[in-house]
Amino acid sequence: MAAENPPGDGRLVPDDFDDDHAAFLTVQRVAGADDGPLDGATVAVKDNISTADIRTTCGSAMLADYVPPYDATVVERLKTAGATVVGKTNMDEFGMGTTTETSAFGPTDNPTAPGRVPGGSSGGSAAAVAAGQVDYALGSDTGGSIRCPAAFCGVVGIKPTYGLVSRYGLVAYANSLEQIGPIARDVAGAAALLDAIAGPDEHDATTRHDTREDLDVDGHPADATSYADAAGGGIDGLSVGVVTDLVEGADEAVVERFEAALDDLRAAGATVHEVSLPSVETAVQAYYVIAMSEASSNLARFDGVRYGQSGGYDGDWNESFATAREAGFGEEVKRRVLLGTYALSAGYHDKYYRQAQDARAWLKQDFDEAFETADVLASPTMPVPPFELGESLDDPLRMYLADANTVPVNLANLPAISVPAGETDRGPAALQLIGPAFGEERLVRAGSALE
Amino acid sequence: MTAQTAQARDLATVIGLEVHVQLETDTKIFCGCSTEPADEPNSRTCPVCLGLPGALPVLNEAAVEAAVKVGKAIDADIPVETRFHRKNYYYPDLPKDFQITQYDAPICQDGRLEFSVEGEDRAVAIRRAHLEEDPGSLQHVGGDIDTADYTLVDYNRAGTPLMEIVTEPDFRSPGEVRAFLAKLEEVLEYLGVFDATRDGSLRVDANLSMVDADAVADDGAIDGSTLESANRTEVKNISSHKGAEQALAYEQSRQKNAIQRGADVAQETRHWDESKGVTLSMRTKEEEKDYRYFREADLPPLRVADWKKRIAIPELPAARRERFREAYGLSREAADKLTSTKQVADFFEEVAEAFDPGLAATWVADELLGELNYRDMHVTDVEGRLDEVTRLVELVATDEITAKNAHETVLRGMLDGGEDPDTIVEREGLGKTGDDEVADAVRDAIEANPDAVADFHAGEDGALNFLVGQVMQSTGGSADPGTVNELLREALAGD
Repeated sequence: MAAENPPGDGRLVPDDFDDDHAAFLTVQRVAGADDGPLDGATVAVKDNISTADIRTTCGSAMLADYVPPYDATVVERLKTAGATVVGKTNMDEFGMGTTTETSAFGPTDNPTAPGRVPGGSSGGSAAAVAAGQVDYALGSDTGGSIRCPAAFCGVVGIKPTYGLVSRYGLVAYANSLEQIGPIARDVAGAAALLDAIAGPDEHDATTRHDTREDLDVDGHPADATSYADAAGGGIDGLSVGVVTDLVEGADEAVVERFEAALDDLRAAGATVHEVSLPSVETAVQAYYVIAMSEASSNLARFDGVRYGQSGGYDGDWNESFATAREAGFGEEVKRRVLLGTYALSAGYHDKYYRQAQDARAWLKQDFDEAFETADVLASPTMPVPPFELGESLDDPLRMYLADANTVPVNLANLPAISVPAGETDRGPAALQLIGPAFGEERLVRAGSALE
Repeated sequence: MTAQTAQARDLATVIGLEVHVQLETDTKIFCGCSTEPADEPNSRTCPVCLGLPGALPVLNEAAVEAAVKVGKAIDADIPVETRFHRKNYYYPDLPKDFQITQYDAPICQDGRLEFSVEGEDRAVAIRRAHLEEDPGSLQHVGGDIDTADYTLVDYNRAGTPLMEIVTEPDFRSPGEVRAFLAKLEEVLEYLGVFDATRDGSLRVDANLSMVDADAVADDGAIDGSTLESANRTEVKNISSHKGAEQALAYEQSRQKNAIQRGADVAQETRHWDESKGVTLSMRTKEEEKDYRYFREADLPPLRVADWKKRIAIPELPAARRERFREAYGLSREAADKLTSTKQVADFFEEVAEAFDPGLAATWVADELLGELNYRDMHVTDVEGRLDEVTRLVELVATDEITAKNAHETVLRGMLDGGEDPDTIVEREGLGKTGDDEVADAVRDAIEANPDAVADFHAGEDGALNFLVGQVMQSTGGSADPGTVNELLREALAGD
């Protein structure tokens, strides 16, 4: 079946490539090494991860023609591991969204719940995996952008600990929060993909653990670990702390599926108790202040000099930059850049940015305390089932609040996994398990107990 | 205030500096690209220094080491941990439209630099010195920034490590600024972290204001409120010591004239136009700049607590000056001259070791530096020919030529004609005349001047001098006057 791309929408998807849900922006195959742990596997790559000689648009008109001259470290590692890159997937523009609808190239449909959004911002990656177009996909997660689409599409997604996976080549949205991570149909698959991409990188100083005194680790945590081996490892005696603050207020159908998943964990030998993280109350506000502030700086370079449509030479440089940015960015990006610029401005910096940093520190402390009594923490990944296409696009606040359960993990630099927890009447629900820093092995073991 | 009373006011000048120096490292501060200048634009670039989407900075610790050396030399505090911030502003030469710099934990704080100006010792407090990345450079084609047809961007320079050194407003005259900059360069060169010959390696922004002379205490201190209330101008685009002195002298009299006319000095940024020798108000629509500083999360903080201890720096000029005075028995003036640059000092020590320190001091401090200075040259201009100067000193030390010839004919010839000393000595026949030849000349002089011989025997002192002159003339000045004198006395005694 031919792709349902309206002509001229800018997608580079051949007619003979099945893309019923419009998951891809660019289809261009790159074969990996002849052998390796991922030999023969196909992988889709989110379009904010740089691929040499393949355009990398970030879902933005600003970068519609941008072709990077270099591969992101994770793409190099995929190739080394023997995987074949199939193409680049749709996403919310620069990762700013929860539905993949802010893409300049149009929306992606949810293969598991047609007519609904696939979640975002890595919606194309999750949809490609859910539709069986690829074995695996890479997403990136700044405030839930891997876990949300994994949850909405009924697949598995892992947001790694900050510093586990190199960000070199990931076009930054909010660089203190985001990580690249795997999406797959099962936990073992996601773990295998994580094995291929995790580990220190000389091009990303935040993966260098010899410089991090806050971590009591010898070398890089990924060096001596096989995440795939942890799948199916059993969870007898595992202590699961349910974050009550993240369950209250969730959709009833979602909570029902969540409780059922907890029962499955108990049946597999885990103990479940309740914990409270009072600091999550301010997490969404803190997240948006920090993410938007960083975005206002990270996206500054898209000024028409080298990217996007040049503003022309009437007027001074500032006017030229403004013209290019007005034309090249979508509404949601402009909203976040403007709010972020405001939050960092003199006179407001203390009120917003500094206070958000304080909230972030408080949250980290809360998580540390919670892990004194729990091996992993649990919550519904998303408090709601997938929205209908078009439903939330005009209501940014509603979209932001849907991130309530995922953003605390990014603010605390922690790892989390989203595993399917069955269907509601409006599409899939999912369970999120949160681990301590570099506790990915534990998450894989616990997540696989639900399969 | 009437013009009359304004004129009566005594004004004092207050100047503070922000000095940008390029640090000499093999590679750029956040990537592996070479810092060597290149003819081909954008040939020394990579995804990082081009600011390509997704590229990340990784700190070059060599730049931090160079900064710690500077910190030790200016006696600054080095923090336990140093970290980087983003300074956000839009400019076409800035690849990311933000600059990675330091804000709340600069690598150096609270230092000082001593220097002397017109024989007087001064010290200026250095508030902070921090690391940052240099932007690229713009080339305006077909005109200047306002009239160009188009502008090209070259990112070869982008990412060169820069150190911004911020002084307290401790300067009281443009002359002090010039002396400070010379001293700062000297120290940086001693440390081996700076190359003054590189284009754009030194860039200075200076703040200047005029205050009532009464507000300046005897020790030079000025209270904060006086400084606050004085309108100051920031002068940009200064790239040399001399330029700094000229720009600030211009700005000083411009402000003084304005105040004495009873006019206001606008608080503004002004551009130093070196070719016209004036500062010009920069047309700027921007209000107070807001750089929206915040932490650069891509660069983890770096622990440098023990770096001051770990990193050694070479002997600095002041210490070396003292050692020279002590070890070689030099005067203060000679020691000052001989430690003016590391190269001069190194060269002096080399010559002093091979020959006599006194002779070395005379030849390096007086003869060589004097002749270079006369020609507006520096030791760096004869860098490759110092072995020729050593050979010249050797010719004097071994008595092969006279000091006078060595200086007036050989050294000058070397500097003006580019020849080596032996070539000049041979061509000019300056080799000290052999004893036989002198003896012959003495005999000839006595035979040819019987009147003078008679006068000598009659006790006239002038007669001997006359005869010495005759011998010197016939030997072309290459005979040693002392020897001639002696030989004449002997010959006349036996006459």
